[in-house]
Amino acid sequence: MLDPYRALDLTDDKGFLCGKVLADLGADVIKIEPPGGDPSRNIGPFYHDIPHPEKSLYWFAYNANKRGITLNIESADGRELFQRLVKTADFVIESFTPGYLDSLGLGYSTLSQINPRLILTSITPFGQNGPYRDFKTSDLVSMSLGGYVFLTGEPDRPPVRVGFPQAYLHAGMAAASGSMIAHYHRQLTGEGQWVDVSIHEACALLPTDSYNFWEITRLLEHRHGAVRVRPETGARLRRVWRCKDGYVNFELYGGALARAFTIPLVAWMDEEGMAPDFLRAIDWAAFDYSTATREEVDRIADAVSRFFLTHTKVELWEGGVKRRCVVYPVASPSEVLENVQLNAREFWVKVEHPELHDTITYPGACIRSPEAPQRQWRRAPLIGEHNVEVFEELGLSREEIVMLKQAGAV
Amino acid sequence: MQVARQALEGVKVADFSWIIAGPLTAKFLGDLGAEVIHIESYTNPDNLRSISPMRDGVSGINRSATFARYNSSKYGLSLNLKHPKGLQIARRIVAWADIALENFTPGVMERLGLGYEDLKKVKPDIVMLSMPLLGHAGPLATHPGLGVQLSDLIGFGNITGWPDREPSTLPGAYTDFIGPYYALVALMAALDYRSRTGKGQYIELAQFEAGLQFIAPLIMDWTANGREPIRRGNECDHAVPHGVYACQGEERWCAIAVFSDEEWQALCRVIGDPALFDEPRFATLLGRKENAREIDRLIEGWTANHTAEEVMAKLQEAGVPAGVVANGKDLFEDPQLETRGFYKELVHAEIGPHHYPSPPFKLSRTPGEPRMPSPCLGQHNEYVCKQILGMSDEEFVEMLNEGVFE
Repeated sequence: MLDPYRALDLTDDKGFLCGKVLADLGADVIKIEPPGGDPSRNIGPFYHDIPHPEKSLYWFAYNANKRGITLNIESADGRELFQRLVKTADFVIESFTPGYLDSLGLGYSTLSQINPRLILTSITPFGQNGPYRDFKTSDLVSMSLGGYVFLTGEPDRPPVRVGFPQAYLHAGMAAASGSMIAHYHRQLTGEGQWVDVSIHEACALLPTDSYNFWEITRLLEHRHGAVRVRPETGARLRRVWRCKDGYVNFELYGGALARAFTIPLVAWMDEEGMAPDFLRAIDWAAFDYSTATREEVDRIADAVSRFFLTHTKVELWEGGVKRRCVVYPVASPSEVLENVQLNAREFWVKVEHPELHDTITYPGACIRSPEAPQRQWRRAPLIGEHNVEVFEELGLSREEIVMLKQAGAV
Repeated sequence: MQVARQALEGVKVADFSWIIAGPLTAKFLGDLGAEVIHIESYTNPDNLRSISPMRDGVSGINRSATFARYNSSKYGLSLNLKHPKGLQIARRIVAWADIALENFTPGVMERLGLGYEDLKKVKPDIVMLSMPLLGHAGPLATHPGLGVQLSDLIGFGNITGWPDREPSTLPGAYTDFIGPYYALVALMAALDYRSRTGKGQYIELAQFEAGLQFIAPLIMDWTANGREPIRRGNECDHAVPHGVYACQGEERWCAIAVFSDEEWQALCRVIGDPALFDEPRFATLLGRKENAREIDRLIEGWTANHTAEEVMAKLQEAGVPAGVVANGKDLFEDPQLETRGFYKELVHAEIGPHHYPSPPFKLSRTPGEPRMPSPCLGQHNEYVCKQILGMSDEEFVEMLNEGVFE
C-alpha cells in the first residue's frame, strides 16, 4: 500500500517498530546506522546464542523488510549525503536525544527547508519539551513512570514489568500512527511537519483505570497478581488458574458475559459430574460479584479450581472452544506456534537468512489487505548491505563511495 | 483568529466498534480532527458504559469515566440496527463515511446486513477495518474472548511475574492497546491508496496477530534456538541494578536501571556509601551480576530513607535512568504530562469536568487533542440525522416515534 514512499530510519531500538510497519506495507525504508553498525544490534536473544551484531534476533525481528546503509552523520560528508537523501524521502524517523539533530545542523528547521513536504518523526523518552525532557529512560523506567508497573505483580513482592520490554514498541507504533496521520495531511495540503512522540505518554495510556479512579473516586488501584479483588467485599476473583500441566485464564463472570464464561463452564463441569448442587443452582445472569460475599465467591472458586486441576491446558482450550466457553491457556511460544487458528491463517512466515544457511520462522504481518497484500519478506539488512545500491541511486560513483568509506563517512 | 486546519479534517468515520480496541482507534481519529459517529443502541449499549468508576459512585449509562476515556471527540448515535429503518440510517452513514470500523465477533456485521459486501454496495470506495480478536476467518474466528484472556494466549502472562510463583497476568485488557496503532496505520495507508487508485478496501486486523508483534523476538528465540522464556521479575541480562526499590512511605517505589559503568559510578556517587563505591566486586558488570542481591539490598537501604520523587530526581540529575513507579495519583500530578498537556479537561454532561488522554504523538502543525467530551448515549441523534444526513424534521420525528433510536 505504501510502495511510492521512502522513509529514512535513524532510530535505535526506541523506534525500530515505526519503520518496520511502514516497510511491511511496502514503503522503501532505509535503515541508517553509524559505520560499524547500530549498537542496538547487541540486543539479545541471538541466533544460536552466538553474540554477534549480525545475529541479533531482536534486530532481525524489528528491521526486516528494510534496506540498510551506514552513514556517519557527524562528518561533513555524511551530513551532506544525508541531506541529499532527505530530498528523496517522505519520512525521516529518529530517536536521538532531544536537540542532537539540531546540534548537527540537521534539525527540523533545516530538513524542512531542504524538503518542505518532509515528515520528521522524533521518538524520545519524554518528548521534546517539559521538565523531564533530558531525563534518561529504559523499558523499566518508562513502564514504571507510565503507571503500568505499579499494577503488575504480586501484592507481597515489589511491582514488576511485563516480562519482555514493551515501552519502545508502544512508542514505535505511536510514532508510525502519528507519521501516517501527518502523511494524510501532507498528501492533501503539501505541508510536512514534525511529529513528536514521547515514550512516556505512550506508556501512560496503558494503565486503564489508574488515572480515572484517582480523578473520579480518589481511590488508588493496586496490584493483585493473578486475582482481582473487589474493593466493596474483599472477594478475590481469580483470573489465572492452575490446571494439570500449567495455567489457564478464566473469569467467573455473572450478567451478560456469563453466557461465554460461567454458564458453559458449569454445564461442562456437570457433564463430568464435577458441578456441586449449589453451583448448578446459581442464576448466573443475575449473579453480581459486587454484592456476592467473599465466602460465596471462595466456594465457587474452590469447585472450579478442582475441575481445572483434572484437565490439561490443551484439553481446557479445545473443550472450551467446543462449548463456546472462554478458557484460554496461559501460553508459551511453543504453544502459540501450534495454535490451530494461526496455522490455518498461514500467519507464520519463514524468512531466508542465506548467511546463516537457515530460515527462521517469524510472526507474519498483522495488517491483512486482500486488495494490497504484503509483498515478499526480506530479512533485516546486514551492516552497510545497501551502501553501494543506495549511494549509486543518489548519483555517486563507485570511486566516490570507496573514498567516503575510507574516510569513515559511510 | 484563524483556526488551523486539523490533520484529519474532512475524514468521516462510521464507528460501529465497542469496548476498547475499536473505540480507542476511532477516538484518536476524532482527536486529530476526523468526524466520528459512535453507533450504539439502548438494547445493546457499549459494554464499557457499565464499568466503574462512575461520577459520585452513582451508576448510570452516561456516568462511566472508563467509557469516556476511549470515546472523546465523537458524536453519539443510538440506533436499533435490527429495525429496518435503523439499518437504513446505518447505511446512509456508511454512504457518507470514508471509514467503517468494527470489532464485533466475526459474522455479526454480516448478519446485520452491514458486512463489507453490503457496505460496498452503498459506498463502493469505503475503507472497512475489522479488528476481531482471533481473526475474521479461520477455524476459531467466532470463538469468544476478551483482551484479558488474549494477552495470556499470546504469552504475555506466562513471562510476567516471579519464577517461583504463578504467572501474574497483565492488568486490564493489554492487547486492546496494541491493535489501535496498527489500525491507524492501516487506515491512513488505505486512504492514501484510495486517493491514488480510487479503490476502497477491506482490512482485517486480528488482535491476536497484532499482539504477537510485541513478543516477536521471544517467538524467534523459540523457532531459532528452541528456548522457552521464563518469568524473571524485573531482572535484565545486562543491567545491575535493575529493579524497583522501596522508598519512604507505603507502597512507594522507584525504578532504577543501570546499564553502564558510568551509570554505576554515578549511582554510587549519589548514594555516597563506601560499601558500594569502594567494593571491587561491584566494579564490573559480571561482578555486579554475581552480587546483584547484595547490591539491591544496599541500594534499598538508601532509597528507603528518601521519597520516590527524591530518588528519581537525584539519580536523573546524575544521569542514571530512574523513575517513580507511578500510581493513579502520580499520573494525575505528573509535571511532565502536565507541561505537555497530555490530559485535556472537558466538561461532560453527566460526569462533569474531567480529563481525557491525548494521542501519544504531537503533530507540530496540526497537533490534535480531545475536542469533545465522550457522548451520552444517543446525544447527537438529531444532529447526526439532520445536519449530517440531511433528514427533515418530519422524517426525524417519524423515526423517533417508530423506536428507531432505541
